[in-house]
Amino acid sequence: MIDILNAITLLANYIIVPSLAYGSQLALGALGITLIYAVLRFSNFAHGEMMSFGTMISIFTIWLFQSEGISIHPLPTALLALPFSIIITIMLLLILDGTVFRYYQAQRVQPVTFMIVSVGVMFFLAGFIRFFIGTSQKNFADGERFIIKASQFKQITGLAEGVSIRTTQAITVIVTLVLVTAVFWFLNKTRTGKSMRAFSDNEDLALLSGIKPERVIIITWMLVGALAAVAGTLYGLDKGYKPFVYLQLVLPIFAAAIVGGVGNPIGAVIGGYVIAFSEAFITFAYKRFFTYLLPEEWAPESLVQMLSTEYKFAVSFVLLVIVLLVRPTGLFRGKTL
Amino acid sequence: MKLSIPSSSRKAFLLFPLMLGALALVGVFQSWNLMLAILNLCLISAIMALGVNLQWGYAGLFNAGIMGFAALGGLAAMLVSKAPIMGAWQAGGFGVLLGVIIWIMSGILAYLVWRRFKGTGRRRYWYVIIIAVAGYILSRFVLDPAILRIESFEPASSGYLGGAGLPILLSWGVGGILAGCVAFIIGKITLGLRSDYLAIATLGISEIVIFLFKNEDWLTRGVKNVTGIPRPVPYEIELQSTIWFQDITDSVGMNVMQASSLFVKLCYTSLFLGVLLMLLWLCERALNSPWGRMMRAIRDNEIAASAMGKNVTSRHLQIFVIGSAIVGIAGAMLVTLDGQFNPSIYHPLRFTFLIWVMVIVGGSGNNFGAILGGFIVWFFWIEAETIGNMLVYIITLPLSEGSALKEHFVSTAPQLRLLIMGLVLLLFLRFSPRGLIPERISTKA
Repeated sequence: MIDILNAITLLANYIIVPSLAYGSQLALGALGITLIYAVLRFSNFAHGEMMSFGTMISIFTIWLFQSEGISIHPLPTALLALPFSIIITIMLLLILDGTVFRYYQAQRVQPVTFMIVSVGVMFFLAGFIRFFIGTSQKNFADGERFIIKASQFKQITGLAEGVSIRTTQAITVIVTLVLVTAVFWFLNKTRTGKSMRAFSDNEDLALLSGIKPERVIIITWMLVGALAAVAGTLYGLDKGYKPFVYLQLVLPIFAAAIVGGVGNPIGAVIGGYVIAFSEAFITFAYKRFFTYLLPEEWAPESLVQMLSTEYKFAVSFVLLVIVLLVRPTGLFRGKTL
Repeated sequence: MKLSIPSSSRKAFLLFPLMLGALALVGVFQSWNLMLAILNLCLISAIMALGVNLQWGYAGLFNAGIMGFAALGGLAAMLVSKAPIMGAWQAGGFGVLLGVIIWIMSGILAYLVWRRFKGTGRRRYWYVIIIAVAGYILSRFVLDPAILRIESFEPASSGYLGGAGLPILLSWGVGGILAGCVAFIIGKITLGLRSDYLAIATLGISEIVIFLFKNEDWLTRGVKNVTGIPRPVPYEIELQSTIWFQDITDSVGMNVMQASSLFVKLCYTSLFLGVLLMLLWLCERALNSPWGRMMRAIRDNEIAASAMGKNVTSRHLQIFVIGSAIVGIAGAMLVTLDGQFNPSIYHPLRFTFLIWVMVIVGGSGNNFGAILGGFIVWFFWIEAETIGNMLVYIITLPLSEGSALKEHFVSTAPQLRLLIMGLVLLLFLRFSPRGLIPERISTKA
């Protein structure tokens, strides 16, 4: 019995808690991508860099606060910096919309042209961000590091394995929950949200019913800006900020959006967690897990690992391919073709 | 549809000499050695741009994984030319072969099951997944110990299987075939679905290929790099000691050291130029053939083309494979030029993005445009470093000497290149989407 509890605790510590946090970050990112896709109808490659931009602003704000001695100990200062980062990221996206994207929207160019434009924006932003903040890793998590440490957990329960929950992980999950709820409330209950969904379903019909496309697009960019700033900051808070990681993050985020069903907000959120959990389950070394569960003489000698951790990205890619082969519309019917 | 722009070919005749003039200026003011080094990379870039232009300019396909295909070509160059390491083969060669056989067998089995259970609905997905997972686990039992033995065989100097020990020029073709095969799989999965799935899938596969090359030490030596890849051209040291070469340099009055280095680079230049011209000729022939007209018809209106009985998906697959194979050839050439295989150089910025800028700046749909773009963009990518440094110098002038902020900006100045290139791409897309040498559209019926 104790062995089974130990095995479960082991999984909770190494898979469930980290994946919940990572999944939340992916879900926020995928929600942003899916909103852009639903309204503007293109795959936004620049989303990773938009997240990175939001994180950079958060870091600058945190540095400012820290030098002024402002803090909200035991919570990380990043929470205090989030509103500023959201506002500035929204401003950036509105500027980008006005200078770059709106022209193509008016031309009604093909999605693939839009995509190349977003790649251009991606590299412009990448250069911009790296020029200002540099390429080295920045850790900006302050405040209390743990809510519960593995050793404390072991003491309380008397088990051989412990679960540690970092403050950043808990904050990530809570903030995601709040933000996702707010976005869904906005999309489903408010007039503006409804007009956004109508615009997404049928652009021409929405125009006929008097919905102003400019307004819908601006609101979309604002939502995406907020989501990107929060997703980026939470990811950086949890794992440390390194600009080039955000370039690679685009792949699991796209995978999450497609697995869930592109253009479908609920799908995007679920997709984020699906990707995060499968990455963890497939790259986890089950040696200790089986040592607890199996009789001693059957205990495995190797690590019992499906894939080594370097191939985390491969997992999201394989999932993406399977979904494309089996069910191209994603788990929740999104838009295709 | 716009009519042809008569000035486009005149523009080409103006722009190419200008580009060569700029290269000559580098030769005169900096050094001829540097000029040839830039020229060689310009030629390779131009070949990659040619491949991407096939995909984008002829067919409107967005390939976001150019560096992955280039890396596959690079791997081919290494595997074909390096001598096999017999000790490693004895240590684990059998295990690796067995593992690969298990993979192939389970692949065939999965395919047969897939065919056999057609029409049974969901069940066949599960069968295939079970076969794949079982095959994978089985192969790991054979592969893991074999890989361990290979990697521990003289890890300081080898630790990998080596290659086939064949002439490296052969690898240019092999690299193309390898890249083409991977492109076929990707295309088979994503073409026919929404257009951006191809972009996302190619992005994914190129990331995975790079990760694979960095981590599978038994195959590629990982980040330890494979150096000393045999050359198709003579070595400088050998040249310097040959009599006829000394005679020539004496009669021209050049330094033997310098002359040998120039000569080697010129050898590469002529090889690359040969490949480029051959590919250009083939691409031009293809473009002006019925096949090329069909491709453009599909690009301009897929629905109309399929109504005319053209199989859009399989034509797309065809051109995607050909374009990727050309990128693979260029990747093999790049490793040949460098003389080493280093998976870390395949940075998404260096290939994928730059090649895209080349195609769009040069003129998508026009082979000469793609080549010109390859030359110009690579040239400016090299020279942008100087421009970026100058910009930073001007920006930071008001800051006091030695201040932390100034040091920071000077150290991050190379990143400005990205910013400039991104800006160039956006400006061209907006104000000159047809590029420097636009596509020629024939007005004759």
